[in-house]
Amino acid sequence: MATDQDNLPFLGGKLSVINVGLDKFATELADHDVPVVHLDWKPPAGGDPELAALLSKMGT
Amino acid sequence: MDIIEKANEEAIRRMLGAEPVLIEVVPAGDIVPNLRDKMILHAGPPIAWDRMCGPMQGAIAGITVFEGWASDLEQAVIMAASGDITFDANHHHDAVGPMTGMTTVSQPMLVVENKTTGNKSYCAINEGLGKVMRFGGNDAEVLNRLSWIRDVLGPAMGKALRDMGGIELKPLIARGLSMGDEMHQRNVACSGLVLRALAAAMAKTSDDATALSEALAFISANDQFHLNIAMAMGKAIMDPVRNIEGSSIVTAMSRNGTDFGIRVSGTGDEWFTAPVEMPEGLYFAGYTEADANPDMGDSTIVETIGLGGFAMGAAPAVAGFVGAGAASEAANYTHRMSEICAAENPEWTIPSMDYLGVPTGIDVRLVVDSGIAPTINTGIAHREPGIGQVGAGVVRAPMACFEQAVRRLAEKLGIS
Repeated sequence: MATDQDNLPFLGGKLSVINVGLDKFATELADHDVPVVHLDWKPPAGGDPELAALLSKMGT
Repeated sequence: MDIIEKANEEAIRRMLGAEPVLIEVVPAGDIVPNLRDKMILHAGPPIAWDRMCGPMQGAIAGITVFEGWASDLEQAVIMAASGDITFDANHHHDAVGPMTGMTTVSQPMLVVENKTTGNKSYCAINEGLGKVMRFGGNDAEVLNRLSWIRDVLGPAMGKALRDMGGIELKPLIARGLSMGDEMHQRNVACSGLVLRALAAAMAKTSDDATALSEALAFISANDQFHLNIAMAMGKAIMDPVRNIEGSSIVTAMSRNGTDFGIRVSGTGDEWFTAPVEMPEGLYFAGYTEADANPDMGDSTIVETIGLGGFAMGAAPAVAGFVGAGAASEAANYTHRMSEICAAENPEWTIPSMDYLGVPTGIDVRLVVDSGIAPTINTGIAHREPGIGQVGAGVVRAPMACFEQAVRRLAEKLGIS
C-alpha cells in the first residue's frame, strides 16, 4: 500500500525527519507514516533576551 | 559562575547530609516558635483575609471555633475579617501544613528533627481523606475528629515516639520508594511502615485499650497518614539550606490557594510569588473542574526535596490517580524533573528506573533556561468553604516565580 511518502518525489526519496520545537509538526508527519524523531526544545528563558543574557552570565 | 556552582554544591551537601527523625508529637503552643493565642498559621506565602480563597476562609472559620475563640462559624468569620485573628505563614514558624494548612496552639504537631543540624520542623497530624479541615471542611464531624486527634491520637503518638526514640525517616523513604510511593499523592507504603514502626510502642505506652484500638484503626485506614510526616521532614531538610550566598537552589515552594510562592537559598527568606494555577486531574463522582479551587498547600515541600511529582517514576499507580497519563509515562515525569535539578539523591532511588536517584535541588536557573516548570502532584479542594476534597491532579509551578528569583539573585551577585 502506498504511503504519503510516495507522493513526495520532489524531495528525492523517502523522508526521515528530526523535528525541533513544536510537537504538532512531528505528530502530523507521524500520522502520515513519515519516520520522525521529536526534540522537545524551547528558546532559552522562553525567548526573553534579557533573562537569557542574565542566565548566560550566571552559568547556564 | 563559580560562586553559584560552589554555593549549590554546599546546598546539595546539606540536603543529602540531612538525617531527619520523627521524634515526638507536642501541642503546637508548646513548641512552634512565636505562635500565640488567636493566631492562625496557614499554608503558602503570607496573605490577608480578603484575598484568601473559599476553602482557606472556611478552614479559618472552623479552626477559630475549634480553638474556642468563637462560638460558631458566623462569629468566627466576623472575627477573622475584623482583624481579631492574626494570620501568618507556616513557613515563618518552622512549620508546614497540607492544603489550607491550619496551625493553632492546641493542635498536636509532628516534630521532625534534623539530627545533622539540630533544627526541628512541625506539621499537624493528617486527618484522613474527604471532608476534612485541610480541604476547607468545618462542620461538627470535622471539629470532633480534630478534638479526638488533640485529646487521644496526638498524646498516644507522642508517648510512643518518645519511648521508642523516634523513627528514622531517610531509610523509611528509601523503602517507600521501592514499594511504589512518591510521598505526595501516594503514601500507602510509608503509612503502613509508620504504623509498623509505631504499633508496638503505642501498645506498650497505652493504658487504655479502647483508645489504643481507635488510634491504630485510624492510622490503618488513612493511606495519606504519612504525608504530613514527609512534609515536616521536607521542612527539616530544607531549612538549613536557606541563606547560602550565591545559591540558586529552591528552599521552599508553597501555595495559599491564591498565590504560589518560592524561596531561594541565595536570596534569603524573600518570597517570589505569582497567581496559582489550576490542577489538571480527575474528580470524585459528582464533581467537575467547575467545583475546583486552584492549587493550595505547603505540601510542595516534598517536591522541593525530590519526592512527589519528581519521584513519579517510583509510583506508576499514582499517575492514573492524578490523571497524569498511563503508568508507563510516570518515568518521563522524573526524567523531566532531572533536567531542572542540580543532583540526584543516591540514597533515595527508584528501582524500576535502574535505581536512578530522585532529582534533588531545584535550580531556578535551569527552570527558567529550560522552560520546564516543577511538576506537583496534589489534592484538589472544592472552591466553596465547608465541602472538602473533590479530586486529585497535577499542577505546574508558575514560571513567573522562578524568573523573579533569577533576576533578584543576579542583582544580589552584581550581575546585570
